Amino acid sequence: QLSLFRLTMKRLFSASHSSVDSKEMKKFQLLAHKWWDEEGEYSALHSMNDIRVPFIRDTLLNMSSNYHLGNPLSGVKILDVGCGGGLLSEPLGRLGALVTGIDPLEDNIRTAEQHKSFDPVLDKRIQYKSSSLEEIVEECMETFDVIVASEVVEHVADLEMFIKCCSQVLKPEGSLFITTINKTQLSYVLGIVVAEKIIGIVPEGTHEWEKFVPPEELERLLESNGFSVKTVNGMLYNPLSRSWSWMESTSINYAMHAVKSGAQGQSSPTDALSEMESEQPLATAGTTM
Amino acid sequence: TSAVMAAACGRGLLAPLAGRLRPGPRAPLRSVAAAAPLYDVVVSGGGMVGSAMAAVLGHDIHFQDKKIALLEAGPRKEYDHMPDSYSNRVSSISPGSATLLSSFGAWDHVCSLRLKPFRRMQVWDACSEAMIVFEKDDLDDMGYIVENDVIMSALTKQLDAVADRVEVFYRSRAVGYTWPLPSHSCDTSPWVQIELSDGRRLQTKLLIGADGHNSVVRKEAEIKNIEHRYDQSAVVATLHLSEATDNNVAWQRFLPTGPIALLPLSDTASSLVWSTSHEHASELLAMDEESFVDSINSAFWSNVNHSDFIDTAGAMFRSAISLLKPSGTAVRQLPPSVAEVDPESRAMFPLGMGHATEYVQHRVALIGDAAHRVHPLAGQGVNLGFGDIACLAHHLSAAAFNGRDLGSLKHLLKFETERQRHNVSLIAAIDVLKRLYSTSLAPLVLLRTWGLQATNALPPVKVRI
Repeated sequence: QLSLFRLTMKRLFSASHSSVDSKEMKKFQLLAHKWWDEEGEYSALHSMNDIRVPFIRDTLLNMSSNYHLGNPLSGVKILDVGCGGGLLSEPLGRLGALVTGIDPLEDNIRTAEQHKSFDPVLDKRIQYKSSSLEEIVEECMETFDVIVASEVVEHVADLEMFIKCCSQVLKPEGSLFITTINKTQLSYVLGIVVAEKIIGIVPEGTHEWEKFVPPEELERLLESNGFSVKTVNGMLYNPLSRSWSWMESTSINYAMHAVKSGAQGQSSPTDALSEMESEQPLATAGTTM
Repeated sequence: TSAVMAAACGRGLLAPLAGRLRPGPRAPLRSVAAAAPLYDVVVSGGGMVGSAMAAVLGHDIHFQDKKIALLEAGPRKEYDHMPDSYSNRVSSISPGSATLLSSFGAWDHVCSLRLKPFRRMQVWDACSEAMIVFEKDDLDDMGYIVENDVIMSALTKQLDAVADRVEVFYRSRAVGYTWPLPSHSCDTSPWVQIELSDGRRLQTKLLIGADGHNSVVRKEAEIKNIEHRYDQSAVVATLHLSEATDNNVAWQRFLPTGPIALLPLSDTASSLVWSTSHEHASELLAMDEESFVDSINSAFWSNVNHSDFIDTAGAMFRSAISLLKPSGTAVRQLPPSVAEVDPESRAMFPLGMGHATEYVQHRVALIGDAAHRVHPLAGQGVNLGFGDIACLAHHLSAAAFNGRDLGSLKHLLKFETERQRHNVSLIAAIDVLKRLYSTSLAPLVLLRTWGLQATNALPPVKVRI
């Protein structure tokens, strides 16, 4: 009872220090029921599964030496932050992972719960919770093998705190997967003007260009908070074929894989090297915009 | 919220794929559905194609923790050992189909039972001298003649080997299917509901219809089928040859009434598939064994349908070809003569063609004769079905490895596009051949004579066939 009271008080008084942005929540409230219509407003997210699920799966398989091809993510504890209606949680659950999906919006959680309830296997493997990341930090210190934050960091209020919380709930040497949108002229034109206003593949008002995150900045924040960035890949959406593909350039969408450093904050020689590399792009960041 | 949900459902119906996501008026209540066991895949129909589909999925590494069910209306048949006499229902298995069967260990069983490889295929006309010979350059096997019972025995063995993943329901006929709404509400189940004749219920994420050309799955899913009954029946029988021979050639002669084919079973036995008019078929079944054998020999050897005009025109064309392409003409060989027919082995069945306009719908896929039915003249029927299996299994395996919902239209449509692209032209060609060869009118005979001779001379076309 006491902890519940404390949690509620914390929520009320730490609103200004939360990573959840209440304006963002209102936007998603209206679409809480449209998640599972594969041809509807979220169709681009549905097709994104075709590249983000193999990306997560193959990265994890490459890092582990014993796995079952029939159940590739068996036993892996995954936290899906900003899980929405569970679009990504369900495929990960089908591959054998034990998924905890959190989303600050209760309606999203309700939709997600209801959708997984018909499949007894998924029902057991996936747990949903209406909560922000900060709220679960205390009970979930170093609990998860993997954190997935897909299409989320462009909606959070305080990115550094978000990353710090990720680090706290992740086991040492655990993986963090992020997919998000770059902050470039191209991403403004394609990601907002075309996607939202012209062809309407993303509901209007979903994204704010100001909150887009360049990969250099994300990498800097990750590296300075105990992560080592392993992979950065550009992603491209083709609205005609309605499918995603990988591309060299990260100027629009991109995916990132980072690993939390081992126990006692030891950093390997490669970490020092990548720190030096990541400082360089900052000098030129101003000119790309 | 219910208003929003209703609006969402309505919009779902207007989406581009709306035609495939049929709303069922009888979508089941969640409480009722909850009791029925849920399978990942249910295959309806335990014939060669249905059993092979279930076996392929059961042996797939990405289906290791999935539950599959196979529904078969008939009883389980034990195939402990093959009887000495050959069964009268045989199939011509292509090398591609043999590869599929060996991918899950069934082909080894077939080889250990019995089969007959053939190296050549000679096809010729009753109304002219034209003929076409198929054979592989490297003298590899072109195909195999296998009794259907042998294939079923091999499939049953391989199904038993994965009994922990594939549950076979014998003597189970599905009497009703209930289709899910595309965007389901919390009251209705998202799965396909199946009701069996004994009252049992099953639920599944994907229903595969392999229940033959009168497919119930196809009818219940309201998928339109283009079908046509030929005015022909096929007579099958097991024949004994006058003398032992290498017997590695498949023979087919186009008579005006229909093609007659002799498929090798062993050095001394062959299987007969004679497509002819319904009346003639009944006569053939009724006549005594000696007359039956005489009819067969005469059908292959007699030249009564030739006319001088056609013969001359054909000979002219042939000399023209041999000038242009010396290797393009071959000597016509004579098929072996038949001495006896196995008593009790004569049977007949009506022929037709059919093609489903769609192979897939939300949570439903059709394979084999349920999707397409062809005339036996090209020996393609079961091979098309095995081709369907290879394609569908490939897409389902990839979907499972990506954690996708198995019943999702997205990958089912990829299967449909691939197979329709392959099947439609072949099915149309077989139908055209059937009609072209059902006449003795001179112009058409000339056309097909020259066409056959030309095709025989052109390697690229022959290889494609």
